[in-house]
Amino acid sequence: MLDASEGFTTEDGRRIGGVVMEMKNITLRFGGVVAIQNISFDIREGEIRAIIGPNGAGKSSMLNVISGFYVPQEGEVWFEGRQRPKVKPYEVARQGIARTFQNIALFEGMSVLDNVMTGRLTHMKTGILSQSFWLGRAEAEETANREVAERIIDFLEIQHIRKTPVSRLPYGLKKRVELARALAAEPRLLLLDEPMAGMNVEEKEDMSRFILDVNDEFGTTIALIEHDMGVVMDLSDRVVVMDYGRKIGDGTPDEVRNNQDVIDAYLGVAHD
Amino acid sequence: MADMNHGEGALQSLPALLERNATRFMSAPAYREKEFGIWQSWTWAETAQEIEKLALGLLDLGVNEGDFIAIIGRNRPYLYWSIVAAQSVGAIPVPLYQDANAEEMAFVLGHCGARFAIVADQEQVDKVIEVQGQLHQFERLIYLDPRGLRKYDHTSLHQFSKVQEQGDARRGALMDELKRRREKLDYDSICVMLYTSGTTGRPKGVVLSNRNVIETAKSTAGFDKLRRKEEVLAYLPMAWVGDFIFSIGQAYWCGFCVNCPESADTMMTDLREIGPTYYFAPPRVFETQLTNVMIRMEDAGKLKKWMFDHYMAHARKVGPALLDGRPVGVMDRVKYAIGDVLVYGPLKNTLGLSRVRVGYTAGEAIGPEIFDFYRSLGINLKQLYGQTEATVFVTAQPDGEVRSDTVGVPSPGVEIRIAENGEVFYRSPGVFVEYYKNADSTADTKDSEGWVATGDAGFIEEDTGHLRIIDRAKDVGRMADGSLFAPKYVENKLKFFPDILEAVVFGNKRSACTAFINIDLTAVGNWAERNNIAYASYQELAGHRRVMDTIQAHVEAVNRSVAEDEMLSGCQVHRFVVLHKELDADDGELTRTRKVRRRIIEEKYADIIAALYDGSEQISTVTEVTYEDGRKGTIRATLEIRDAAVVPLEQKMAAE
Repeated sequence: MLDASEGFTTEDGRRIGGVVMEMKNITLRFGGVVAIQNISFDIREGEIRAIIGPNGAGKSSMLNVISGFYVPQEGEVWFEGRQRPKVKPYEVARQGIARTFQNIALFEGMSVLDNVMTGRLTHMKTGILSQSFWLGRAEAEETANREVAERIIDFLEIQHIRKTPVSRLPYGLKKRVELARALAAEPRLLLLDEPMAGMNVEEKEDMSRFILDVNDEFGTTIALIEHDMGVVMDLSDRVVVMDYGRKIGDGTPDEVRNNQDVIDAYLGVAHD
Repeated sequence: MADMNHGEGALQSLPALLERNATRFMSAPAYREKEFGIWQSWTWAETAQEIEKLALGLLDLGVNEGDFIAIIGRNRPYLYWSIVAAQSVGAIPVPLYQDANAEEMAFVLGHCGARFAIVADQEQVDKVIEVQGQLHQFERLIYLDPRGLRKYDHTSLHQFSKVQEQGDARRGALMDELKRRREKLDYDSICVMLYTSGTTGRPKGVVLSNRNVIETAKSTAGFDKLRRKEEVLAYLPMAWVGDFIFSIGQAYWCGFCVNCPESADTMMTDLREIGPTYYFAPPRVFETQLTNVMIRMEDAGKLKKWMFDHYMAHARKVGPALLDGRPVGVMDRVKYAIGDVLVYGPLKNTLGLSRVRVGYTAGEAIGPEIFDFYRSLGINLKQLYGQTEATVFVTAQPDGEVRSDTVGVPSPGVEIRIAENGEVFYRSPGVFVEYYKNADSTADTKDSEGWVATGDAGFIEEDTGHLRIIDRAKDVGRMADGSLFAPKYVENKLKFFPDILEAVVFGNKRSACTAFINIDLTAVGNWAERNNIAYASYQELAGHRRVMDTIQAHVEAVNRSVAEDEMLSGCQVHRFVVLHKELDADDGELTRTRKVRRRIIEEKYADIIAALYDGSEQISTVTEVTYEDGRKGTIRATLEIRDAAVVPLEQKMAAE
């Protein structure tokens, strides 16, 4: 069912569309180290796509290739039917790809609201002059963007910390603020780098709920890296498994779970 | 209040009051709610329209007269409208505690046989769906927030706004029926059914008529001179009778505006933004606020700290007298005025209490220091004593006669009688109609002449006429030597220490009293931080040697104070233990209104109680805990049991 180009319908009745992003034979090297070796996979519209693998498998590198932070030496990145040329990460952001980071990268001294507003940057059109002097169009634009930001704050239930500087927040909430900032960009593809790392069970449950709701409510396509296998298997529609820079599995959670290579990679196997 | 008396005879239901408000106060705000960072507001005229649309929608869905409609969620205008809309179509609204678990919800929904429920969000929808199988009468669920619900089966699930739209669309066909049903409502129609939290056994459904609610609202609004310019913040559970009277009864009678916070977590910010003029909070809220102020003052600079201490000392001296209108010297007045500019004013503003004209606290005893702190700032905080069965008001403190140890004089229209065993009885227009489907309990509580047993023991002070409550009548017992045992009296004294969140005292029919103590994590945690005490968990902090020392000092201080009361001097705490977990409503140890359930605690912690009495120095125990989602787990702990010094009674007598 996965190869039908027009997409498919999931068990719980969600409609998964055609391919939005396609990675073709990607190879990424840092000097002599091969981080990613000849990997191909695709991401479909409206799905939650997970990339998993043991430590050092190359997951974060893969995410950085998608977000345009790394440019692979070999292979092609196709987004929305067009091959992406070598671009700067901010140009990728403008194309509608937003992300969160494994080690939270928020503006610590700024309030939650201001951080979320920075996510609106790509939607602001007025120039520096009219913004500095709060001229008509700049004001209207900020009001409109503030409304979007407030809806996301409401959606992620962080109203109570709206005016709190990020540096004063606990880790779990910072993760949620990062998600809010990424959502504020109204991305077509949302990349989450270990959204649940370092969280306790309750925080993980909350975060899972938010990820599912984001996907359900805004129809956002999500690609995520995660270590917690239980979470990944519950959340995602399809999973890519990486090990030592190679792809060793790709399919639905059930298919991946029963894949012998994946079991070996996770449980370890005697190399003789 | 002259305009209130006009056409009073016709104002015998909430829809009738709504209609009056919509025509008379038309463009004045009736509801505000903060959403998306901005206060949204609805005028009385808009409110009437919204409620009418919803009522039509309910008719369209087939609500019959006499049906019960459950209402579950946090305080939101839409849910308040639902209450009035339900009444408009002749149905009976039943607000439920939103944090009730599915099992508790199943009992209430099954007991009243609700056919419909109007709920806030997915969380509540899930709970109702979970128990739907057990409820044969239940038919339809209406929800407010569509988030996460798109994939649900919508055959019996309806979105609030769609119900309104549908009702509005069928206005022509349904309007006559709605009018007919509205006009049938009178003083004897049922206004609301509220479930008591039930410290013992199953909750009981208290049926209140329009007479109960409107008469009570009318007389108490007169007592406190409430006007239509009042602002209240609705943040206490909608299922609680107090919120019903303040946010619906009195709000509809006076026509004042009800403000709903953005979320439970933003309540303090919203309080500051609204600045209510009429404010109600249980003692716990005042305690928490005061604790926060004190913690923050500890971190303040030297000058600020000095100013705060200096002027607060002065406020304690003359503040209450000024508030009561007693004579105060000119110099003291000047100093108080300076203090007001420098300290009291800014502090009240930070607390969101600058504009409070009438503030009430009830539900539990409030510590005298806490009570005096707020009064000395010039906040007119008073106490009232009430029950669901009385439509809240039994007694209240009039302005100028406020003390921390009484609960005031009988409210207008209330008669009070003290039985021989000390139990307080009352009779008033607010006395409830009945417990729903529970004639036995109704007969036990209310006699043929309308006197209601409060279940509380107390007495009336002869010189002032104020009522003083000692304890729950059924909790008052005798020690083995025959002296009086009043656990609440001692527990309250313990809880007045900021370090102690909760206390449970045992001793009925025993030779000596013992106690369970819960530490207050905010206060003790802050103290630990200040003293460089590292801890990894609540359990570790609770069992820390120095925490135990502090608690022991508190217990001994309470013992000294208890010993001074001749009647209750036998209730001194001989041994105590600091519990390894907080007593929690999810585990059934407290009610949803946070009252201690003694019998359950006695059963659950029987091993610890045994250890308190057999002289052992520590006890290893395993406790089951319930997480918010209903799953269960266990905590293991070894608890230290300490002896506390008591004041020997003989010695005291010898000294006298």
